[in-house]
Amino acid sequence: MELFKHSDFDFLGKKWWFINLSLILTAAGFISLAVKGGPRYGIDFRGGALITVSFANRPPVDKVRAALSGKLPVEVEEVSGRPEDIIGIDALQDSALQASRQKVIDSLDAAFGQPANGKYNINAGGAAALADRLRDALAAASLPMSDQQLQTLASNIMDYRKQHSGLIKNLDELASVPAVTPQVLNVIKQQTYPDSVAVVGTETVGPKIGAELQRKAILAVLYALGGMLVYIAFRFEWIYGAAAVIAVFHDTLITIGLFSLFNKEITLTVVAALLTLVGYSMNDTIVTFDRIRENLKILRREELETLINKSVNQTLSRTVLTSGLTLLTALALFIFGGQVLNGFAFALVCGIIVGTYSSVFVASPILIFWHNFLEGRKRNTRGAAPARREPVAPVALKAKATPAAGKDRPQRGSTAKVK
Amino acid sequence: MTSNIKIRIGIIIAVILVCLYGVIGVPKSKDELLANWKKNIHLGLDLSGGTQLVMQVQLQDAFKADADNAIESLKQELQKDGITPSGDITRNDPATIEDADKIEIYIKGIPSDKTGQFRGVVNNQFSAWVATALNSSDYKLTLKPSESLKLKQDTLTQTMATIERKINALGLAESSVQQTGRSDAEAELLIQLPGVDDPAHVKQLIQTQAQLEWDQVQDGPFASREEALAKKGGILPLNTKLVPTATRGGQAAWYLVSRIPVVRGTDIRDASAAAGELNRWETNFVLTQDAAKKFGAYTEANINQRAAIVVDGIVISAPTIQSKISDTGRITGAANQEEAADLALNLRAGSLPAALTIEEERTVGPSLGADSIREGFEAGIAGVVAVVLFMLVYYKRSGINATLALILNAVILIAALAYFDATLTLPGIAGIILTIGMAVDSNVLIFERIREELRAGKAVVAAVDAGFSKAFLTIIDTHVTTVVSCAFLFIFGTGPVKGFAVTLVIGLVANLFTAVFVSRTIFDAELSGKRQVAVLSI
Repeated sequence: MELFKHSDFDFLGKKWWFINLSLILTAAGFISLAVKGGPRYGIDFRGGALITVSFANRPPVDKVRAALSGKLPVEVEEVSGRPEDIIGIDALQDSALQASRQKVIDSLDAAFGQPANGKYNINAGGAAALADRLRDALAAASLPMSDQQLQTLASNIMDYRKQHSGLIKNLDELASVPAVTPQVLNVIKQQTYPDSVAVVGTETVGPKIGAELQRKAILAVLYALGGMLVYIAFRFEWIYGAAAVIAVFHDTLITIGLFSLFNKEITLTVVAALLTLVGYSMNDTIVTFDRIRENLKILRREELETLINKSVNQTLSRTVLTSGLTLLTALALFIFGGQVLNGFAFALVCGIIVGTYSSVFVASPILIFWHNFLEGRKRNTRGAAPARREPVAPVALKAKATPAAGKDRPQRGSTAKVK
Repeated sequence: MTSNIKIRIGIIIAVILVCLYGVIGVPKSKDELLANWKKNIHLGLDLSGGTQLVMQVQLQDAFKADADNAIESLKQELQKDGITPSGDITRNDPATIEDADKIEIYIKGIPSDKTGQFRGVVNNQFSAWVATALNSSDYKLTLKPSESLKLKQDTLTQTMATIERKINALGLAESSVQQTGRSDAEAELLIQLPGVDDPAHVKQLIQTQAQLEWDQVQDGPFASREEALAKKGGILPLNTKLVPTATRGGQAAWYLVSRIPVVRGTDIRDASAAAGELNRWETNFVLTQDAAKKFGAYTEANINQRAAIVVDGIVISAPTIQSKISDTGRITGAANQEEAADLALNLRAGSLPAALTIEEERTVGPSLGADSIREGFEAGIAGVVAVVLFMLVYYKRSGINATLALILNAVILIAALAYFDATLTLPGIAGIILTIGMAVDSNVLIFERIREELRAGKAVVAAVDAGFSKAFLTIIDTHVTTVVSCAFLFIFGTGPVKGFAVTLVIGLVANLFTAVFVSRTIFDAELSGKRQVAVLSI
């Protein structure tokens, strides 16, 4: 089975169509960013708190918002398909952050929880505290337990809670837990109650650390781009490095724009994904450039545009296959990966699509534009001073010798092929 | 089959065995296999559940305490030498970590005929400090830079050791305390507590400074600070301080106590919680020998006087001394067993030399972590199954070749993580999934190249050879570029980004081995011995 046997699409003939599309996408992203006042940073970068709350009977998200409104600047986000809501608190001063977090938890408990009536909330706290609470009551009910037994009982119950999204809905569920006999269950019922709200995860990042993480992430991206530019310039020609970096920059810009358009948050994991897409898009561009470099040695008489078109066509089935297959894994991650990986997978899906297309429609045209620019300049200088030969033009777009194919290639002839 | 191919197959099998050993050891049963897997693969906090804290050590606390100690002994030394300053000895109050080493002690009114003697005392007994004359009778002491550096390091080491003792006492396995290592934030500690089920409690326990003092009560209790001040004519008597009691729902009372405690937390040798009279929980402590002597003399002299037990600036109880006590004491007033046990734990662990503030906190409930594992795993499996199916359909028998390389890649990657003791986090899993994508790319590149060569009319063996060698260049370029970007991620990135970079680099190296070496060997093994192979299933 083969996808493209003898493909001969005129990709570069239609380059303006795609360049315009790129410009439109970039512009849309920029407008969205401008309107929304920059990217929507997650609390990793912005500083703030994030509380993940699990409900026994999940109330409509509007009610959760209503319960918290007026108290603090909070955002509530629904986690689809799960019993959780995520509540974000904006950056405040470090000390106030801890207090506001407690306030949110208390307000939620007041609105959706049950009154304690002197009982112990089995959905909060850990095994040690639970064991503590049950010790005397069990002894009073003439079911005395050794500390060892008590610990086992309490951790069994905690394990059960862990396996059920961090929330015990009804104490009768515990009958299935090892070491919980009907008598013990009675004591548990006397002493504890299952609150219908439980905090299953919290994150707090001080604004100072957030700002530093943001600075570090941007630096990491810039240094990574610089490093790749140098490597490609070393392996090919500096214009190849520049073209590849521009293409990758274009991909990152469009992806960040899409994040803004879809109102998604940029978190640390998303930054990891952005860097992945930088690597991926670079990978794709290098494969195409590699073919161009190889063809420059074989097809010396071809026009550069025809040669690049041929190279793109030759690598087309690998491009489609690889992109398709990686897109498949990224899509799997996007669909089944859950809430935590959602932003990451979204960035990958966008990045793979944009990254594949930018190798053909952004990176390659830059080579042609540069070539045409040099040609034009050469013609101009020749017109002005026909007797002088400019040393600039012959350097353009020569491919460096590569260990495998370069041996049989005469160095001097390398200038002829692009003319 | 040539001996060259045999050697290559031998290498591959050896690599597989070493990898499998690293991951699962030599299991004799299914349980042992699972146990070894759990032992070798470390899951990060985001997967196993747990808490990660970034805390700032408020170094200025330690500097202030150091200055206070210096002031006390300076007073004694000056007295001993017959120097009586006409003014008081005070210090400034640095408020931030950055200002900690700007601590200064001011001595006012040194008689002019004692100047030389005073300088002698400072130089001999307080060599950590430098005295500068402010005018003819007043002096300023500043800490030497080398001493302030030492004090900073000591404070950090002591803080880390104390936190470690607290964590260990709670029985939290695999926890760690380390400096974050950010160059501009030396006073930051990273505390990782995997698998903790009650993060709020642990956080509170770590943050408790547990600075215990046994103070002599001078006066009180008063209903408020204002009342106490009013009774003393607006100014506190020399060497006293006002401390509030714990509120516990009601109003706090205030005690006027001696500024210098009789016994400090550092004098405590052991502490434990026990049920006392009327089944009330209390914390018993045992003093060191030196402290016991001092304490014995003090209690003997102060029978029927009140004392205040102050923990972190709050009076826990104010008992009346009934008889001479030498080396043991007890602190009553705990609300329940947990509180008494926490206090005992904190006293045993020792006090923190400086307060801790929380800069960053991430708690992943164990259930959330478990769900993340399941979902990430499902996504990974779904992705891989789809890719493998496609490869088998598209490349037929060569697809099997690619699939074997892919599986081996994953095995090597996981084994490398186990050997390096690396921690597997969520971004790490994403890195694995991405590695699989790059591995597929390498195979596709090679196979497409072989197909091209076949189409150009080359014989099978020559086509495989040309395909591999041409694709190899491209693969090297793409891989090295990604490794370069990973290096920058590792150097400049933080936590999760770093983990991602590590996994990806390991994956890429494994991929070079599997896609180029293993895949080639399988092809060669298939083709060897048959001089004329007409068709290649690709």
